[in-house]
Amino acid sequence: MSTDLAWIDAALTSARPQAVGALLRYFRDLDTAEEAYQDACLRALKAWPQNGPPRDPAAWLIMVGRNAALDQARRKSRQTELPDEGVLSDLDDVETPMAERLDSANYRDDILRLLFICCHPGLPATQQVAMALRVVSGLSVKQIARAFLVSEAAMEQRITRAKRAVGAGDTPFETPTDEERDRRLTAVMAMIYLVFNEGYSTAAKDAAKRIPLCDEAIRLARLLQRLFPSEPEVMALTALLVLQHSRANARFDEAGEVVLLEDQDRTLWSRELITEGLALIDKAMRHNAPGPYQVQAAIAATHARAPTAADTDWVQIEHLYQALERMQPSPVVTLNRAVAVMKVLGPEAALKLIAPLEDPLGGYFHFWGLRGALLMQTGRANEARTAFDKAIALANTVAEAAHIRRHIDRLIAEGAAA
Amino acid sequence: MLYALLCYNSEDVVFSWSQEEDDAVMERLSKVHAKLHESGQMGPSLRLMATTTAATLRKSDPPVVIDGPFAETKEQLLGFYVVDVENLDAALAIAKDLGKANPGGAYEIRPIRLFLPEAFPESVAVAQPETAEA
Repeated sequence: MSTDLAWIDAALTSARPQAVGALLRYFRDLDTAEEAYQDACLRALKAWPQNGPPRDPAAWLIMVGRNAALDQARRKSRQTELPDEGVLSDLDDVETPMAERLDSANYRDDILRLLFICCHPGLPATQQVAMALRVVSGLSVKQIARAFLVSEAAMEQRITRAKRAVGAGDTPFETPTDEERDRRLTAVMAMIYLVFNEGYSTAAKDAAKRIPLCDEAIRLARLLQRLFPSEPEVMALTALLVLQHSRANARFDEAGEVVLLEDQDRTLWSRELITEGLALIDKAMRHNAPGPYQVQAAIAATHARAPTAADTDWVQIEHLYQALERMQPSPVVTLNRAVAVMKVLGPEAALKLIAPLEDPLGGYFHFWGLRGALLMQTGRANEARTAFDKAIALANTVAEAAHIRRHIDRLIAEGAAA
Repeated sequence: MLYALLCYNSEDVVFSWSQEEDDAVMERLSKVHAKLHESGQMGPSLRLMATTTAATLRKSDPPVVIDGPFAETKEQLLGFYVVDVENLDAALAIAKDLGKANPGGAYEIRPIRLFLPEAFPESVAVAQPETAEA
């Protein structure tokens, strides 16, 4: 692809959320909006190399897409008399500035709505992610299928089904109230985090294929942050994603095995992403309005700040997990805190903390893995082995079993050394 | 005469470059940089993080801090060069070379009124030290 075409491609991609969002508001139908956008893109590929890119690519695409779809509709309904071409183009001239004003006023809500319809509560998480990648990011079904490691046909079907579910629902098109906007924002943040996790939780052999999901999630988070520039939780979401993604090159060894955070070669961490993440969390904290994304980003930042694993400020991490427990009580958060408690207060204290978790987390392999490790450290080898066996039996995949086994080996070694 | 070349581009576009695309642009730019360095025209240059990381202090009384960049523009200030050239034509020629290596957006060329080439006493933490050098 020539440089020019590459630039046009990038401009089309970045204008997509705003353009499709506005077209969706006009037509109130996702398929029509997407077709209109496609049409406008085809025209852009013809017009832009000749005339140069327009000053505002999104506004151009919205106008051209809207007109193309209207033409299409007129042509379909033959009974409607077509106005004279001259009248039409005159009308366009009058409408253009007004439409542009309207579009910039609705800009934020258009994109938020487009993101929001992808988080339809009736859709399972993976379908929400697939929808967002197709509709908002504009990835091809082929690209998405590749990232999800499924066939193109299966993904096509999944997205079609998701679109049908969304179409049947009723997303209100009027300007949302502040409360409704907050509700949408929360749902969209969770969905963006899902997109990231879909790319992040992976085996090494698939990592390269799935990294686009992480990149896409970061792009969506930045997009959301530009729509809501003073929202500390949105800043923190971007911070959390870039801080986690900063470790991408250190997460797998050459044999494709998972490298645990403590063992990662920190020189492979991306300084650029870490600096961005720290700058964002710094900005978010100034608002004195703590929230779960800020706490999670602060935990990631504490790891990122430690030059070596031994320098990790576990006291700080333990405090942060306590804060997260208060905001979002969940046994998994407590389990994570137990790791920090083990580092700060020792295995007995951590065992005491996780004792009540056996009921909710009895089917979760990480629970038994940690419990086994803690028992091992306190010298109760037999009980530890029982816990480890349960952990391995509960692993969902070979990779998970291998992962937990490595984790266990390490903790056994640590226990022996202690 | 010193000129600043202020680099404006759509950050939506620039920040959706893949690593490979970014590397390719930087590779092409580094050739232009090397040429300028050789002719002694290249001064300090830098690349800014996304405007999402920006905060703005309004010098009101009392001053107010706003999240985000000072100006909400379609194209954002993403970095700048300082070059030492004869005149505007020479500065424009450099901008054209840079533009070929990195299409899209615009360079604003402004003569520099005051230049304080302070240096930091020791090495400083920069996200992308090698590119900042280039």
